[in-house]
Amino acid sequence: MLSLMYNHITRKLSALPSHSWQSVIGLEVHAQINSKSKLFSGADTSFSSPVNDNVSLFDCSIPGTLPVLNKKCVESGVLTALALNCRINPVSCFDRKHYFYADLPAGYQITQQRFPLAVDGKLDFQVFSHGTNKLPNAVQVRIKQLQLEQDSGKSLHDSDRSLVDLNRAGAPLMELVFEPDLTNGDEAAAMLKELVAILSRIDTCSCKMEEGALRVDANISIRRENEPLGTRTEIKNIGSIRGVAGAIEYEIKRQVAVREAGGEVVNETRSWDSVARRTVPMRDKEVQQDYRYMPEPNLPPLHVAMGPIQTGSVNADELQRLIPELPEETRHRLRVEKGLNLEQSIILVNDDSLLKIFQRIVGCGQVENKKLLANFLINDFITLLNKIEKDTCEVEESAEYLGEIVELLEKGHINRTTAKFLLEEILSENNKHSPMEIVRKKDLIQITDEKELTAFCEKVILENEKVVQAYKSGKTKVFKALLGSVAKLSKNKADMAKCTVILKRLLDE
Amino acid sequence: MDKLLNTNIKTVSRLLLDGAVKTKDLTELALNRVSEIHKLNAFITLTQNEAQIQCGQSQERYKTQKPLSELDGVPIAIKDNFCTENIKTTCASKMLENFTPTYNATVYQRLLDAGAVLVGKTNLDQFAMGSGTIDSIFGPTKNVWGYSEGDNFRISGGSSGGSAVAVATGACYAALGSDTGGSTRNPASYCGVVGLKPTYGLVSRSGLIPLVNSMDVPGILARTVDDTVSVLNVLAGFDPKDSTSLTKPYKKIRLPPAGKMSIKGLKVGIPIEYNCEQLSEEVCDVWNEIAILLKNEGAIVKQVSMPNTEYSIVCYSILNQCEVASNMARYDGIEYGFRADEHYSTEKLYATTRRLGFNDVVKNRILTGNYFLLSRNYTKYFEQALKVRRLILNDFDNVWDDVTILLTPTTLTDAPLYRDFVSKTNRDQCAAQDFCTQPANMAGVPAVSIPIKLSKNGLPLGLQLIGKNLSEPLLLAVAKYIENIVKFPHFSYKM
Repeated sequence: MLSLMYNHITRKLSALPSHSWQSVIGLEVHAQINSKSKLFSGADTSFSSPVNDNVSLFDCSIPGTLPVLNKKCVESGVLTALALNCRINPVSCFDRKHYFYADLPAGYQITQQRFPLAVDGKLDFQVFSHGTNKLPNAVQVRIKQLQLEQDSGKSLHDSDRSLVDLNRAGAPLMELVFEPDLTNGDEAAAMLKELVAILSRIDTCSCKMEEGALRVDANISIRRENEPLGTRTEIKNIGSIRGVAGAIEYEIKRQVAVREAGGEVVNETRSWDSVARRTVPMRDKEVQQDYRYMPEPNLPPLHVAMGPIQTGSVNADELQRLIPELPEETRHRLRVEKGLNLEQSIILVNDDSLLKIFQRIVGCGQVENKKLLANFLINDFITLLNKIEKDTCEVEESAEYLGEIVELLEKGHINRTTAKFLLEEILSENNKHSPMEIVRKKDLIQITDEKELTAFCEKVILENEKVVQAYKSGKTKVFKALLGSVAKLSKNKADMAKCTVILKRLLDE
Repeated sequence: MDKLLNTNIKTVSRLLLDGAVKTKDLTELALNRVSEIHKLNAFITLTQNEAQIQCGQSQERYKTQKPLSELDGVPIAIKDNFCTENIKTTCASKMLENFTPTYNATVYQRLLDAGAVLVGKTNLDQFAMGSGTIDSIFGPTKNVWGYSEGDNFRISGGSSGGSAVAVATGACYAALGSDTGGSTRNPASYCGVVGLKPTYGLVSRSGLIPLVNSMDVPGILARTVDDTVSVLNVLAGFDPKDSTSLTKPYKKIRLPPAGKMSIKGLKVGIPIEYNCEQLSEEVCDVWNEIAILLKNEGAIVKQVSMPNTEYSIVCYSILNQCEVASNMARYDGIEYGFRADEHYSTEKLYATTRRLGFNDVVKNRILTGNYFLLSRNYTKYFEQALKVRRLILNDFDNVWDDVTILLTPTTLTDAPLYRDFVSKTNRDQCAAQDFCTQPANMAGVPAVSIPIKLSKNGLPLGLQLIGKNLSEPLLLAVAKYIENIVKFPHFSYKM
């Protein structure tokens, strides 16, 4: 799914309108922790439950109820912090953030404002746009802090009444505050993709943006070179990675236009209209809120054991050992061990299912040339999936057949056109045959015999006198058309590499 | 038979076990007493139905000689800020006037599990904000001591005044109060009963509707120290529902008979700062009297200094208002409780609901607390108060180097007349009433108020013992020792 997004983002973006402006982007990400129960109560967190079903007495703030911290959530928070190279605070604290809202039953949210779970992290990632000629470039973004907090409920507004659903109230969130180290929407999108890849690997967040499991706020400002930071605007709750890139690029252009017209950027909260593809001011944030933070008195400080300190609700050293290979390491391994290039490693790592398919085929030992395999998956396979509107995760099971196709291709038993045809066949709804069987049944073995191929070429030259004439008079472009005729004549079974050589030789004689 | 209600829990428990008394009769006796003291306004909700069912079940257990504990079949009462399943829990407020919880506070559940019989929910100041049990939407609770018709009665003290009166009159053997700044010990002192504020974290707060989370503890009111111990043994111990409850396993307290105890060599501190300006001569005399008594019994009694005591009350008041502002934010009329008939906007709904649902005392504290918590004031007030709180804690830590236990007044006078008391503002009332009691809440340490003697007005005078964290066994032993010597003339019921 992610590699699908790539194309869209890069095409819709354009360079900054004026070179004299620099844009500064900082993201805040709310990631819902993968946990069966809520941060401070035993209520269920499943997404599709009926309205107000996942609500404990604590979640609707019944008087006298108290929060009890969910250890699993602390573990996930610590795992995430470690994967993002953060410094874990051995002691962190919870605070109450006060504001009145119908979907915030207690009148405050429990968060970590003064002493968050972890601080000072960094995330390295590659900004790379598949399908453009730009080379990947490495970017690092710093993480200011990672804190645990409760989600609020949901208000549903009808024409004459408002309803409240508290299923999400108290759901566990990790808020990741990134330093404003990014400069454009491309980078923001690439960073989020890397974050999604990491969180998926360590399984601390489902990252399903369509379910609100990952929500992004973007802070955007512009300045001229060597100026201090400009006034920023905040775009709240952007619901897709594509939206983040689009919103940021739109907002940069908007701010530049405002400044160039002599205006001032107003500090405000805006939202992203993904249909109209523009940001609009939010109405309900007109007044600056004072959240009257206060330490949460019902929760003792949270201790994390690490190093010589062995007492704590969770042990960071033990959790560190549970961290699997992270995306950056995988990319490195794919390049060093499998001989892939940087672009290929990036694309594979950004699509978990595609990577799984790749690794399964490699694991079977069918294919020698891993680069050929990666190329086939990234180009032919993905292009076809786009065409038939399927996700890689839906077709993971076809890995074995995919491997067989690439093996046939690698050994020269079929040509690329046949490979594409076989791909379509094995992905069609009622296919019951392996690629090899299809090849046999439909007689698709590649024709490599020199004589046979020469015969095809000669026949084409004879039948296309005018075109050959044009070629000989210098219009070498028509070579492709002739080659196409050869392919057609061979029913697309000819070894086209060989045909190219033969045809050229015959024409140049 | 009426005398039965004035005996202690051990005696009644034995009578029940012997079959000399039936729980049904005991409960009926207690319920009669409850209705006889109706004019004192100690109860908000009577729970006859629950009591009948509970005593029936208790009777069955006694038939097979298998009581759950020595509280089995014993009538008790609970302050109306502890949640009780299917029983209204009002906090004496309009906001929760019709609030019926669907769960039990841990302390009530533990009493049920011990077989106790609930006779009713007792009166308090709204959300426990007060020290007189006068600010209740159900009207003030009147002290049984020095009672007279009209408004010429004495206050019961508060905020657990209803519980104190219920215990003093024999309507129950013990009652739960809550203690944030003295709310259990203050009415205990004015009503001539024992009032225990346990160590913070020893007794679960789950289900106690909070006033100040960092200071609240469920308190116990009973007529004797032994009865207090019986109840504490049922209540105390870790509760996974309260993250601030202590995980250390609780060891049941067993006090030896008073005659077999000795206080020889016990170091008792008299903190001079508790001898404040407003302390009445009479209370001061009792304080001296008991200090001398202890000395004569072999204790080492010495003056000690706790220099930050005088800042404690103002610091307490700031922290109290801040937590109140936060804790009261949930009462918006959306999920439960009172909701104003207001449809213009959500904001207007909140505003009207809260304007009508809270009294002036609550509203005042909310406004002040929110002011202190504003980001521009936080350091100046809230943080400063936390620092002072630390100093007060240090005072206690330091004093334990010198002495094992502190002896202080509980209240500055005997029970004030209602009409004098209400002429002062809530803030002035609390500043005077909580002076000697709130430092223990600031520090989290246990304290107990025991009745000593009657004043010239014929009203109870109490003194307070304060010990270090988790020193309840010692604290209560000393209390029992004094109790046995002073032989306080308990109220004997004839109205």
